[in-house]
Amino acid sequence: MMSTTVVEVENLSFRYDKRLKENILSNISMTVDQGEWLAVIGPNGSGKSTLAQLLVGLIEADSGKIRIKNTVMDDTSKWKVRRHIGIVFQNPENQFIGTTVQDDVAFSLENLNMPYDEMKFRVDQALDLVGMSSLRHHDPSQLSGGQKQRVAIAGILALKPSILVLDEALVMLDPKSRRELLTVLQNLKRKENISILSITHDMNEAALADRIILLESGKVKNCGTSEQLFVAEPDLEPPFPELLRRELLKRNRNIPNEYMTEEEMVNWLCKSRLTV
Amino acid sequence: MAMQISFDSVTADYQIGPIRSPRVLDSIDLLLPAGSFTAVIGHTGSGKSSLLKAMNGLIIPYDGKVTIGQTTIKAGKNKKALRAIRQKVGMVFQFPESQLFAETVEKDICFGPLNFGVSLVEAKSIARVVLKQVGLEPSILSKSPLSLSGGQKRRVAIAGILAMQPDILVLDEPGAGLDPIGKREILQMITAWHKEKKLTTVIVTHDMDDVALYADDVVVMEHGQVVKHDKVRSFFTDVNQLNEWHVDVPQARSLQLQIEQETGIKLPGVCLTLPELADALIEVGIV
Amino acid sequence: MNKLILGRYFPGDSWIHRLDPRAKLVAAIYFIFVLFLANNWQTYVFLWLFTTAVILLSNISIRTYLRGVRPLIWLILFTVFLQVLFTAGGEIYVDLGPITISKFGLINGFYIFCRFIMIIFISTVVTLTTKPIDLTDGMNALLRPLRKLKVPVDELSLMLSISLRFIPNLLDETQKVMDAQRARGTEFGEGSLVKQMKTLVPIFLPLFVSSLNRAEDMANVMEVRGYQSDVKRSTFRQLSWQQKDTISLLVMAMLTVALLVLRSNGFGH
Repeated sequence: MMSTTVVEVENLSFRYDKRLKENILSNISMTVDQGEWLAVIGPNGSGKSTLAQLLVGLIEADSGKIRIKNTVMDDTSKWKVRRHIGIVFQNPENQFIGTTVQDDVAFSLENLNMPYDEMKFRVDQALDLVGMSSLRHHDPSQLSGGQKQRVAIAGILALKPSILVLDEALVMLDPKSRRELLTVLQNLKRKENISILSITHDMNEAALADRIILLESGKVKNCGTSEQLFVAEPDLEPPFPELLRRELLKRNRNIPNEYMTEEEMVNWLCKSRLTV
Repeated sequence: MAMQISFDSVTADYQIGPIRSPRVLDSIDLLLPAGSFTAVIGHTGSGKSSLLKAMNGLIIPYDGKVTIGQTTIKAGKNKKALRAIRQKVGMVFQFPESQLFAETVEKDICFGPLNFGVSLVEAKSIARVVLKQVGLEPSILSKSPLSLSGGQKRRVAIAGILAMQPDILVLDEPGAGLDPIGKREILQMITAWHKEKKLTTVIVTHDMDDVALYADDVVVMEHGQVVKHDKVRSFFTDVNQLNEWHVDVPQARSLQLQIEQETGIKLPGVCLTLPELADALIEVGIV
Repeated sequence: MNKLILGRYFPGDSWIHRLDPRAKLVAAIYFIFVLFLANNWQTYVFLWLFTTAVILLSNISIRTYLRGVRPLIWLILFTVFLQVLFTAGGEIYVDLGPITISKFGLINGFYIFCRFIMIIFISTVVTLTTKPIDLTDGMNALLRPLRKLKVPVDELSLMLSISLRFIPNLLDETQKVMDAQRARGTEFGEGSLVKQMKTLVPIFLPLFVSSLNRAEDMANVMEVRGYQSDVKRSTFRQLSWQQKDTISLLVMAMLTVALLVLRSNGFGH
């Protein structure tokens, strides 16, 4: 099956202050396929969030191109492009525009001047996808941070986009809401074939991605699956099972020198026990 | 000098604007010994933050009393007691950087000590000391807090609390919103001060790895009540009970439980950290 | 802060609660005008009966309404006082040169007092029984004709609805910053006025900064979700005019007729 590319970034460069020589991003190129989950990681100041803002057209690149669903992003096309790409930001509090859950989800549809019946249908559908239908009449003060972020995602889904950008959208949530939201995202990817680009410094979140891009001072330092990346980049703090594998390796235990997920680790331990 | 914190059947309401939350604290009896390091856990709205506020006289009990060291707070007028308590108890709120207001970092850090009658000269010298404690350079003193990065702001805000030279340090999710490295550095600093200055330390957290790595004791809150107060290690032993409270377990413990289930081998002890789990696996000869 | 009744919403499911906000707004504004038809005790008694009926229908205790009057009572009494002093006619009880207290003055003062109280009661009925967002929608609908005059009605009502949505957040944040500064030894409401003013700086500056940040975040969110101020938008929140709304306006018409019948023709005697 041929996969279609939904996001194409070509030699993208950007700097905030034109007087400075230093670029925030320099010559970034990358693609995201339909239905792919891509994580972008990197230390603070590596340009991750700038990339997100460029992708949704909140700021304009100095050079290079962004193509979303084959449309090049520019000042006039951005309004159309934004029907295909949506973004969830970090602070759940500042993204809730409507006075109730369903009003908030409808906001982007109202902006398209969509007729009421169509809006109602889409709002219902989107709320269902994130599991918030029962709370549709609630106001934001009655919701947890995780629920607010789910509403923000529903607001984007209502537009039936191809790609969802998460700009550290899970940072302010507690571990439990974080896990719940990740499950929602995994389901969306599976059922709706939606692409996800998550900008994060949570390695457990990054490890769920199909591919990870590591940014460092505005450049792509490495790119690959979690198996490849966490082995190639020993400075990254990997998910816990990989930490355990490294710890055991340090103690001269006979453990395979490749990345392991939690399941793989437990399975390997089971087998190794049988061979003892 | 370390001080103990004691709650004696404390019941309290809380009021924000027109909204009144009744019984945010419901007949709480609690004794945190001098020099202890306690993690407070529980759902959002379970009363964790209120418990912390009561330790600083920001919530006054309408029944029962809170005693910090020798000072007692109960219903009624407490002016003197409140002043004494707020000087002894350093309280770091969630996202404390949002309370920075002064033109310079130095002025912001001096705000607390000056309020408690410390001279300007002394306050300034304290500012230098605490800034070093939070791992920042003195050159930052003359900068505007607004010009700093998120992590630096957090440290300046915490320095502003340390500057009051408290005997008790109370922190509401000090690592929230930071990247993993920034978070670890903050928590390690807190642990270091706890030991050096013999503080009584209380942190609220949602992250069970924080509980496992840094705290000695754990308090579980539910519906404004303390439902459990235990040593960290014994607390994470009974997994069924934890499930009932919807409490997670630390990553090491979680992997331990999975391994035990799949291999059918019970590892010695409760593993709370990575080295402990590795040791246990080697000990039973799984690897 | 929590003593202010005017402008607050009391959730409920009374007949008045369920009326369309447009009907409530029109009826309330109409009531204020129709009040001026009253000019004798019969008309005032009748209006009081009407007002009482509306209050009973709202299913909110009369005490709440009285609390709504409290912050304005001195202003009302002052106005009434002036009215009493400067209206002449009828039997004179006190005579101090230009200032007299006469029979007409007292009667007029009492009528004015009634008018004030009824206006406050009826507007309080509207705000107590209507969600702020529904009020905004209602006003937006009623002001729609002004769009032809290039008044940005939709923008204004969106602004209003977003502000309403953030009021609880702002209260929350104020409380948080106050607590934080109290923990650092600030004592509010103590010492001289200058000293008290000084304690406000550590409150307002952080609130100002966080409001600015919030505004920036909101602007970004609105933009990426496709909001353009000069583009036509549809509305998801629908108002539905029902039979009871028409009935309520008919009641207002009947009230007018009744007042016209009951009032004395010509002013005075």
